[in-house]
Amino acid sequence: MASKALFDKIWDRHAVADLGDGYALMHVSRHLMHDGGAASLAILRKRGYPVHDRELTFATMDHAVSTEPGRTADTVSPFSARLESMRQESRAAGIRLFDLGEPGQGIIHVVGPELGITLPGTFLVCGDSHTCTHGGMGAIAFGIGASEVVHVLATQTIVQRRPQRMRVTFEGARRPGVFPKDMILHLIGQIGTAGGTGYAVEYAGSAVRALGVEGRLTMCNLSIELGAKIGMIAPDDTTIEYLAGRPLAPKGELWDRAVADWRGLPSDPDARFDREVEIDVARIVPQITWGTSPEHVVGVDERVPDPAAVGNPDRRRAMEAALEYMGLQPGAPIAGTPVDWVFIGSCTNSRLSDLRDAATIAKGRKVAEHVRAWVVPGSENVKRQAEAEGLDRIFKDSGFEWREPGCSMCLAFNGDRVPRGQRSVSTSNRNFVGRQGPGARTHLASPAMAVAAAVSGRITDVRML
Amino acid sequence: MERFTVLEAVAAPLLRQNVDTDMIIRVERLRDLERDALGPYAFESWRYLPDGTEDPGFVLNRPPYREARIILAADNFACGSSREAAVWALWGFGIRAVIAPSFGPIFFNNCFQNGLLPVVLPLEAVMQLAAEVEASQGRGKVRVDLERCQVVAPSGKAWSFEIDRLRREGLLQGLDQIELTRARDAEIRAHQARDRELHPWIYAAGAWAAPPEAETKSRTTGKAPE
Repeated sequence: MASKALFDKIWDRHAVADLGDGYALMHVSRHLMHDGGAASLAILRKRGYPVHDRELTFATMDHAVSTEPGRTADTVSPFSARLESMRQESRAAGIRLFDLGEPGQGIIHVVGPELGITLPGTFLVCGDSHTCTHGGMGAIAFGIGASEVVHVLATQTIVQRRPQRMRVTFEGARRPGVFPKDMILHLIGQIGTAGGTGYAVEYAGSAVRALGVEGRLTMCNLSIELGAKIGMIAPDDTTIEYLAGRPLAPKGELWDRAVADWRGLPSDPDARFDREVEIDVARIVPQITWGTSPEHVVGVDERVPDPAAVGNPDRRRAMEAALEYMGLQPGAPIAGTPVDWVFIGSCTNSRLSDLRDAATIAKGRKVAEHVRAWVVPGSENVKRQAEAEGLDRIFKDSGFEWREPGCSMCLAFNGDRVPRGQRSVSTSNRNFVGRQGPGARTHLASPAMAVAAAVSGRITDVRML
Repeated sequence: MERFTVLEAVAAPLLRQNVDTDMIIRVERLRDLERDALGPYAFESWRYLPDGTEDPGFVLNRPPYREARIILAADNFACGSSREAAVWALWGFGIRAVIAPSFGPIFFNNCFQNGLLPVVLPLEAVMQLAAEVEASQGRGKVRVDLERCQVVAPSGKAWSFEIDRLRREGLLQGLDQIELTRARDAEIRAHQARDRELHPWIYAAGAWAAPPEAETKSRTTGKAPE
């Protein structure tokens, strides 16, 4: 039998029909929805179609919820109408909605894996570009648009073209202070935000194998910032141990059958890839972005790059515009830049291990006088577990605000935003112009680097603390 | 869905790399507006000055580019968020085709759901088109011909482009993909029946997703339990 990559094994088992020219009608084994899905459900209802497979569809609230501590029905969001319509539409459609205050609510890309909804070998879609996160479990997972959401609801399938395959092999040991976020930001800096366009990317190598599931989710989360809709990591013992006992993971005899199946999913040793990239992990230092695209990234010990040194005129103009927006001088050291806000959260870095990493550094230190620093747990479960471990106390004692779960300041959709002109170090995934609020200046970094910025009041090499 | 066959129109050069969908339509507009009301807000942070007036320096505010139906863009156009509102906002402004060396992958798919044609041409071709258009002060029209898979510059210089047959037919005929797929429902159900035998655990999770307790719901939302 021909050898196959992880991607192909999962793709092939979900192909319903060959539509020619590389296109296929693909079965969707997991459809996740967030509060933006109400409009698609309404379209489906008006067209008179039922949800094709309710038991494969799961929803929660994340984008539009306020994360204000002690939120109530009145304070939960300035946009509570959107939340209420999601409640009504999912009830009418018979979809399980994990609502505010119950375990299972949270950022959809945190909730899927933590509940055991996301499983190795599944073909998972959601109307959100960071759906690639779930690939960290060994699934094919990607974001779709609102029209495609209606298509999936109506048919439990999606029309897709088979992408090419890329493998990125991370070899070597991480240095102290270097986290999964740094690994993936470094890769984006190396191959650019269009480097993955047209590919499904598999992350492999000893440094990936050594990561826990949550670190793998962080890495896959930024695949879309590489231009790749799909990023994935082969399931292994780490994945299986993570899933054991999760509320919606298989149980009993089904669990044993599932595990046996998952063992066969990793890429065969001689599987072929259309593009291969190798990264020497020992050379990666803590990363920080300086511009308005995730590819505008440097090591924290480096300087802000100088557009004058760039030959390509488009690239140079983009860099100049980015530096002007960010208020940075070419050639200046990035470390030492004063910051106003710190945001620890988002579908990239709001899981328990992220909060533990952050708390380890925050413990015994104080947030700088002029800095506002937020910790927004990714889900109700993460929040409860963190509180059971006392992480919330550590953060609060250090001067961080401990908030309710949601997407929060990653996209400034819900009342949580960075004020105009202010500078934020954020553990999220996009430093686009205005992403954290009109005029807000965002530097992407790991949770450890975010804490280092919070306590020193400036961009700081976490290894120097 | 509106058909796309041949379009000859004003083309606006917007040759910036990595124009993201947040830039095409701000997230607040998704929340506050219906999809057919988004046109005035396309590229709003470039189109309008802080006082709300138009920035005369921005290409889409200048005649004849105000009437543009084609955008000439640089690498990785419409990267980022999956928001389909990026397509709706462009559509509302009047844009029916975007020509660029590469696109954000989700935006690229979303275009085909809405009758907007994304054309992939090498950067040199896009830059030549832009140079011709600018030399004519925008009056030279660009022709995008989906029947012949060709882009023609004002001078008559032509480039062929590739597009998948399925996507091309969908646009040429204005097909509704949901109806096409629904016609294959027997195949879908047969696939599911086979898959249920091979991977039964996939279908079991729904039963374990117990509904919330009424008590929890009332406490956190302030609503009476049902």
